[in-house]
Amino acid sequence: MRRVTAFNLFAIVLGIVFLYLPIVILVIYSFNASRLVAVWGGWSTRWYGELAGDAAILDAASISLRVALVAASLATLLGTLAAVALVRFGRFRGRLLFASMIYAPLVMPEVITGLSLLLLFVALAIERGFWTVVIAHTTMAACFVTVIVQSRLVDFDMSLEEAAMDLGAPPLRTFLTVTLPLILPALAAAWMLAFALSLDDLVIASFTTGPGATTLPIRIYSEVRLGVKPEINAVCSIFIAVVCIAVLAASLAAKLTAARGAPTRLRTGDLSRLDAG
Amino acid sequence: MHSVGAKPGSAPAAGTARALLCIESLTKRFGDFAAVDRLSLDIRDGEFFALLGPSGCGKTTLLRLVAGFERPHAGRILLDGVDLAAVPPHRRPVNMMFQNYALFPHLSVEANVAFGLKQEGLPRDEIAGRVADMLALVKLQHFAARKPHQLSGGERSRVALARCLVKRPRLLLLDEPLAALDKKLRDATRFELMALQRQLGLTFVIVTHDQGEAMIVADRIGVMESGRLLQVGAPAEIYERPNSRWVADFVGEVNLFAGRLGDDRLSVEGTAAGRLRLAAPVAAEPRTTLWVAVRPERLRLSGDQPAAGEENCVAGTVAEIGYLGDVSVYRVRLADGSLVKAAAANSGGAPAPRPDEPVYLRFAPDAAIVLTR
Repeated sequence: MRRVTAFNLFAIVLGIVFLYLPIVILVIYSFNASRLVAVWGGWSTRWYGELAGDAAILDAASISLRVALVAASLATLLGTLAAVALVRFGRFRGRLLFASMIYAPLVMPEVITGLSLLLLFVALAIERGFWTVVIAHTTMAACFVTVIVQSRLVDFDMSLEEAAMDLGAPPLRTFLTVTLPLILPALAAAWMLAFALSLDDLVIASFTTGPGATTLPIRIYSEVRLGVKPEINAVCSIFIAVVCIAVLAASLAAKLTAARGAPTRLRTGDLSRLDAG
Repeated sequence: MHSVGAKPGSAPAAGTARALLCIESLTKRFGDFAAVDRLSLDIRDGEFFALLGPSGCGKTTLLRLVAGFERPHAGRILLDGVDLAAVPPHRRPVNMMFQNYALFPHLSVEANVAFGLKQEGLPRDEIAGRVADMLALVKLQHFAARKPHQLSGGERSRVALARCLVKRPRLLLLDEPLAALDKKLRDATRFELMALQRQLGLTFVIVTHDQGEAMIVADRIGVMESGRLLQVGAPAEIYERPNSRWVADFVGEVNLFAGRLGDDRLSVEGTAAGRLRLAAPVAAEPRTTLWVAVRPERLRLSGDQPAAGEENCVAGTVAEIGYLGDVSVYRVRLADGSLVKAAAANSGGAPAPRPDEPVYLRFAPDAAIVLTR
């Protein structure tokens, strides 16, 4: 069945090259000694040093990270609640409407989401800045969280919760001591996806941000319009490293939980499908 | 000091104990389908009660109603005289052993067993002591640190049982507790269950579709069908005096002969086996249709010709023989083409009948069970 044929090998190599060649080139060029982005001038860590002095980029990076942390956490909370409602409350009145409303942002063009949020904030006279970006990213990411958590809850063995209640645990404690530990890997995966979505969002953030809340993608985009600076390559490389470490840590954690006996399924299929969307 | 203690090891007399659980005309519907239909039942304190029925008869729903996972549409459930309607599952002094055991996969054996006691807010020392005692009782003391997925099926069932028993419930509900085990283990676990129940003096209600299991473990059996209880009684009573064709057929093997009651009320006429003589007169109008049920092991099979005027003797030919080792099961074709099952012990002696041989089936009048429905 699992034979390594020339065609298989070719397909794998082509796929990996297609996905990762641009990233590899970016990382290599971040170590370029030359000031000209497209000209190779030998190895150097010069731009990483210059980056440390670029307050604007560092400021944007810190804003992006903080937005992503808060938005991912809020989205995980809201998305999980929505998933619990969809899976557990059976066929309540308006369930279909509720479900489609949750999934709508998945297929909504970002420009529309961004524009509608901008109109909302203007109409409510909310001053745009850090928190409006957080709200916008929470809205966008919550639906992805719902999809991931829902798929875990659907095949969650209900008799475990019944057993906990039968043994004297009230509903909330049942959720915290039995359900939550068992769906935690799915929550972690959902949180990471939400974090990544928030981190790389440009469109929605540019609609909803205000003075003093320039996120990294906005900063990079505006600088690139004036010509690519080598520091940008360095920033991007650092981000790639952070994301890689996070993903590795998450999968390692999932593996450890699996070894300890929790029926962990990280549902990587869902993740990759969503990433493609 | 004068004490009038019970005999050591004697189980509470099932006949005299008061009712612990009273179920009063309970109804539970799923859509138009009544899973439990105006069902009433009393479970006595200290007894081992089995709910026996085919899948889909509502026996698990009944258990879940008592545990509080389902809400009845009508009727009441009283435990010690207290109506449980307003009591949520986590406050009912009732515990349930689930069919799939429902062990918490992220917790060790010890933590699984301690879970229920932690909910009661007991001191740490007491929890540890009771958990250790319970693990020793079910012989799992060396498995305390393991996770459920590192255990065999039999060990898992014992963890599930220990997790319930450590709570010292007034009533323990067991939903097909042995269905997931292989035969040898099932047999051994049955006797362990019975010993534990007697040792702890608890009330057990077990749900099963396996009539052999119900007969072995239970003091009393309730036979369920389509959400109703057809008959409640001791295993021997259910087997030897079933109250309907359905119960007779579901509990064990049976041969049914339809006929009409004779004028003397002591015989049934017009059956596939001819005129059958009964041991006692039937309290019914002559000529009413009824059924005579005879268990296969009560039929004697031989090649001996009947004596003149001999009653309850049917001629037939051997159609099939099922050899089971200790016994053989014969399917005998009667003159009208119907098949009758007869079981005979393979204890040597007379040569066993062979296929297509003419044989005679005889039974004593007291082996005939007369059924009116």
